[in-house]
Amino acid sequence: MTTSMATKEELKERIEAAIAGARAEVRGDDGHHFEAVVTAPAFAGLSRIAQHRLVYDVFDGELGGRIHALALQTKAD
Amino acid sequence: MSDETQNPLREAIEDAIGSNDVILFMKGTPDQPMCGFSARTAAALQSLEVPFAAVDILPDPRIRQELSALSNWPTIPQLFVRGELVGGADIVAEMYESGELAQLLGAEQPDAAPAQAEAAQPAPLSIENRLG
Repeated sequence: MTTSMATKEELKERIEAAIAGARAEVRGDDGHHFEAVVTAPAFAGLSRIAQHRLVYDVFDGELGGRIHALALQTKAD
Repeated sequence: MSDETQNPLREAIEDAIGSNDVILFMKGTPDQPMCGFSARTAAALQSLEVPFAAVDILPDPRIRQELSALSNWPTIPQLFVRGELVGGADIVAEMYESGELAQLLGAEQPDAAPAQAEAAQPAPLSIENRLG
């Protein structure tokens, strides 16, 4: 099975597609390490843990593997 | 007790979380962290001078597997306070800088800390990869 290298564009698209109303700024060009700032109305009222889980869930099973690291900052709208 | 479906490793992790007010699961040790994220998180706790237990997850890959299954959190480090997952490196850093971490731990925010933390952070996050 071939796994293509992850890109910041892919991460941005997937986050924004999975979380309603989310806007993601993703940095990282080495294919493995990324930083994302995600803003979404869906985060309102959630703890940071819960906010981060929503984003982690988008990449279920890929974090630590194909996506080695995703530094995350979340903000409610 | 002799139930074969029980998982001794998972129980040992649960027991460690339950019996330590502040416990950090990390790569390496606070004095010899093996990953930048673990290093930053341990350093935040150390600068608040809060006693904490630290578990090195590297010696046995099953520790990480069981921990993540238990906490529903995919990455390392993981900080637990009074039995609750507080977060990983990003959340702990954010809470440290805002003073929330000191508050949660009943510690005093060192006066110099915010300035130091800012001075140490202006460069874009340097992400180290020393995965064995």
